[in-house]
Amino acid sequence: MSLPEPSTSGRFGEFGGRFVPETLVLACLELEKAFRSAWADPVFRGELDALLADYAGRPSPLTECHRLSEELGVRMLLKREDLNHTGSHKINNVLGQALLARRMGKTRLVAETGAGQHGVASATAAALLGMECMVYMGEVDMQRQALNVFRMRLLGAEVVPAMSGSRTLKDAVNEAMRDWVATVESTHYCLGSVMGPHPYPWMVREFHTVIGTESRQQCADLLDGGVPDVVTACVGGGSNAIGIFSGFADTDAELVGVEPAGGAAVGRGVPGVVHGMRSFLMQDEFGQVQEAHSISAGLDYPGVGPEHSHLASIGRARYEQVTDAEVIDAFQLLSRTEGIIPALEPAHALAWVSRDRAALAGRTVLLNLSGRGDKDVAQMMDVLG
Amino acid sequence: MADEGLVVPDTPSELGVLEASLRAARDGGRKLLVPYVTGGLGDDWVDVVRAVADAGADAIEIGIPFSDPVMDGPIIQEASETALRQGATPLTILDRLRTLDAGVPVAVMTYYNLAFHMGLERFAASVAGAGVSAAILPDLPLEEVGPWATAADAAGVETVMLAAPTAPDERLHRVVARARGFVYAVGLLGVTGERDALAASSLVIARRLKAITDKPVLVGVGVSTADQAVEVTTEADGVVIGSALMRRVLAGVGPLGAGAFVAEIRAALDGR
Repeated sequence: MSLPEPSTSGRFGEFGGRFVPETLVLACLELEKAFRSAWADPVFRGELDALLADYAGRPSPLTECHRLSEELGVRMLLKREDLNHTGSHKINNVLGQALLARRMGKTRLVAETGAGQHGVASATAAALLGMECMVYMGEVDMQRQALNVFRMRLLGAEVVPAMSGSRTLKDAVNEAMRDWVATVESTHYCLGSVMGPHPYPWMVREFHTVIGTESRQQCADLLDGGVPDVVTACVGGGSNAIGIFSGFADTDAELVGVEPAGGAAVGRGVPGVVHGMRSFLMQDEFGQVQEAHSISAGLDYPGVGPEHSHLASIGRARYEQVTDAEVIDAFQLLSRTEGIIPALEPAHALAWVSRDRAALAGRTVLLNLSGRGDKDVAQMMDVLG
Repeated sequence: MADEGLVVPDTPSELGVLEASLRAARDGGRKLLVPYVTGGLGDDWVDVVRAVADAGADAIEIGIPFSDPVMDGPIIQEASETALRQGATPLTILDRLRTLDAGVPVAVMTYYNLAFHMGLERFAASVAGAGVSAAILPDLPLEEVGPWATAADAAGVETVMLAAPTAPDERLHRVVARARGFVYAVGLLGVTGERDALAASSLVIARRLKAITDKPVLVGVGVSTADQAVEVTTEADGVVIGSALMRRVLAGVGPLGAGAFVAEIRAALDGR
């Protein structure tokens, strides 16, 4: 284990905590206890590992990208989370949480979703385990990601538009929390990133450490026991980034999170408290949370997981920002050179590598390709004409 | 570094203005009525506050709107969003409260980030400086209340604590011990908003709290009508009425209509 557990109150340094209504504190305490017990239970771990292997298709491969490397002058390795069942890393976390929810006797899952990947993964896990599932999604995102809305409904989930505020991911989180406040006795809130109140940032990280653990071994096999010079991933809430960082935090690999310029909580935010956690947060001069703007619905979030705020403040990871235009270029670059159409989210990480290629020349970069681009193709058809 | 999330400072022993006032009214045989008004909503929100005070409120809860009110249902959300669009800020609202003499104690209700962003000492001082007696921060449970409670206690601001129906007795004791002003009993599992009938959980939580404290116990969340207020005060010392009042204000009843609604509940509580 290379990233430490948070403190008793759920803090990573000064970040994290449990800033939720009284009604939910008890649910958070119950969840922490249940997770702690399950995570130490070989039977639970065996059940989850079996699902990850036989259902989700793990381990995901590590792909060395020869043509992309030549074009960038950087040795590029991709961790292929895009090849998981449901098309992204999100399945690692939802299988863990759904199994845990069942173990706790909960019969219903609620989830928030931005791009729809976490919603699809949650609906999938609910279908697999015979649970009810309700997904809150910003009304704006439902239009941007109509295909994923259809997928969720096909999987038997109910999709409810979040109509308040910016009508994107942040408002979907609010709606999911409001649902949970009212249904806490029967319902588990299947939160989709390393954010929210303790124990979520820690628990969701633990469910994604499989990405880092596999990558560490795969890199060692490929690099004669070595580690890459740089490990990079996109950051919205930051779950795929924490997953891959966790495998390299105890090495001298540089850890680089890449945020959208329009939703750069670490890059442009200041510490604040929303959605149950203290973390970097984009807000106005009075502390009202600002709306994020990004081409990718999955990163359209004004906050970030508290552990990223901590890693940034202690200097263990650094956070770069890229623009929508740079992301669109990277989306095409990977498609053209490697025959891999990435989701817009991990295209952010590639956009940073591409922009900083001179500084990265000759180095080895491991990039977490957290999802595939099928969901974004319709949107990109409009953008690229 | 100490784990600040676990330190709960001792509760000051001297009574604050709000608690003293509510205790006196209750001990005089009166059922307590605390209406909620969203600050900064419309040009006449201060007149609405005055009207509900004159109509028989024992204290008034003023909402300082926040962009992400997770404990609030559709009515308070709409009121908050509208007030924010009209330019409401913590400073404009506190500024108006400073010159308002409602004749009854005032509590502000908002979310923690607005206090955290301003700085806890500064926010507490601004609240006290506006003549406000107490603060209600629904996303600040016992585990996280420490730093704020320290700042609020020092500034003489009473921090009202919420008690949920799901809390075990052991926890209710700790919540009650830290509560100042009054104990805010959450009437049901859910966010603020009107309900057709009073939830049975309202009576249960009120009874459980009354059994362990002589601090005023007021039930809020899901108390929407005069009949429901009368029913819940068979156990509780009083009620907080928010969404039912704000729905009327959003519909344009104005100060007169708001006052009339509160007067109706007052009369019912008084058995008139």
